[in-house]
Amino acid sequence: MELGIYSFGELIKGAAEPSARDIHARFGQILELAKIADAGGLDAISLGEHHRSDFSMSAPEVVLAAIASVTKNLRLMSGVTVLSSQDPVRVFEQFATLDHVSDGRAEIIAGRGAFTESFPLFGYDLRDYDELFDEKLKLLVKIRDEPRITWSGRFRSPLNDVEISPRPLQETLPIWVGIGGTPASAVRAGLLGLPMIMGFFAGPEQFVSRVQLYHRAAEQAGHDRSTLRLAVSGHMYIGKTSQAAREEFYPYYSRYFQQGGAPFAANGFPRDAYDAWIAQGLPVGSPQQVIDAIMRRVELLGIDRFMGQIDVGALPWNMTMESLELYMTEVAPVIRRETAPKPSTPIAL
Amino acid sequence: MTTVGILGAGKVGTVLARLTIAAGYRTLISASGDPAAIELIVDVLAPGATAKTSADAAREADLVILALPLGKLGSLPMAELAGKIVIDATNYWPPTDGTIERFESNPDSSSVVAALLPASRVVKAFNHLGYHELDEDGRPQGAPDRHAIAIAGDDAEAVRVVADLVDAVGFDPVVAGPLAAGIRLGPGGPLFGVSAPRDEVEDLLKQNVDGGNIPVT
Repeated sequence: MELGIYSFGELIKGAAEPSARDIHARFGQILELAKIADAGGLDAISLGEHHRSDFSMSAPEVVLAAIASVTKNLRLMSGVTVLSSQDPVRVFEQFATLDHVSDGRAEIIAGRGAFTESFPLFGYDLRDYDELFDEKLKLLVKIRDEPRITWSGRFRSPLNDVEISPRPLQETLPIWVGIGGTPASAVRAGLLGLPMIMGFFAGPEQFVSRVQLYHRAAEQAGHDRSTLRLAVSGHMYIGKTSQAAREEFYPYYSRYFQQGGAPFAANGFPRDAYDAWIAQGLPVGSPQQVIDAIMRRVELLGIDRFMGQIDVGALPWNMTMESLELYMTEVAPVIRRETAPKPSTPIAL
Repeated sequence: MTTVGILGAGKVGTVLARLTIAAGYRTLISASGDPAAIELIVDVLAPGATAKTSADAAREADLVILALPLGKLGSLPMAELAGKIVIDATNYWPPTDGTIERFESNPDSSSVVAALLPASRVVKAFNHLGYHELDEDGRPQGAPDRHAIAIAGDDAEAVRVVADLVDAVGFDPVVAGPLAAGIRLGPGGPLFGVSAPRDEVEDLLKQNVDGGNIPVT
């Protein structure tokens, strides 16, 4: 079982737009987070692309490359790359390059994206939301799998017997499909035989059927089950005690949804809904609560990687650090122990 | 047997299909393209429903539910929807739909949908709670913890038929008023995002919306 963290490099949007200094400081924090996570033995970090002024992370590949130079073992993931509004050729070139400068640690999570600012920004029509993603994902996989390619499609100029370089260091650069619950997205990941990462916040039950869909689709397409892989990402906050964690985190979490424009949080995230999410399995609380929440995801969904959003709500630095520290020292060891492969023969006492 | 046609096989459409099957309705479901593409989804998420093209689902159904992104409204089978009761389960939300001018200029999104379907009997329902809640909060009639779903429509008979459907799938129907009252059920309205028992839903419907500019019906 692998454990990681992710961030969107959120900025606090008060009365004024964040200054260049604020943004600079935020990037410094992201690098610091990565160093601590690497030293603390976590497995992966992921940075998600957003194109709006309350997030600093529009070019995660660049930041991941900086992280590569100050870490040793962390897997370096986008999360997600909004592939629909990018050129798959360029995405591949960037991540193949990242793979080299990180000694083979790059991974792509391609997704349709929950935010849609990038569509008008790069001249794409939201009415093609799904068609764009479908075509570009297939092209990205083709580029990965074939050193020379010939391709034509609807949304990009044709490629005629071209070599996309550099080739990555890893034999197969991991390309994950990020899904948010849309059934057809799970089917697509399965049909392509790609690993799937599921983003959700509260309980994992709704995703049991998505995992079934994924496996059925993969089987239909003839993919070997051993090549499939599942992960979960979601919001997380760990405090020393259950009640303290719940109270400390609430104001930031509520602001996150309200500023992000979530339809259910126009006047802030309702407290009873927050408490209900925690009861359903949002990983917010004491280390033991978060262990239980992650283990339920492991047991119900068969995942072998969990990614927690470590600073959701533009959390103050001291709270982020405390949560990360508890994740590394109290949550991770227990989860690793509980998910370690069991010896195949009973040990004689 | 009443046939329900659900246009949209995403998060909301598949949950609604599961509910209508459990309630004993013949259920047809479509996505934008070839029905074969959603057969696996139907088999896993709504076993018992039949995958169809949108035109066939609309033609064969007595009741049609719109459970598709509003950006896809242009692909609706207009001719097949003529004369039908059409339940609008959609919401306009620019962060995910993108900016669509006809909805920007009129916050009453179901009336915009109704204007695009002049020959259909449009009723708004199933939009104010999330798909998780639709899936989990249904209860048999008379259960003490039963939740309610608000309905808005101009055609009294269509509203009654939709109320029966809401009841059959496990929720108390609460009539909010004419279709224009549907604004209370959408983003920014007092009922949006709320899954609650009848009393609470009725109380919330009495609240003014849009800073008091839209009067209580």
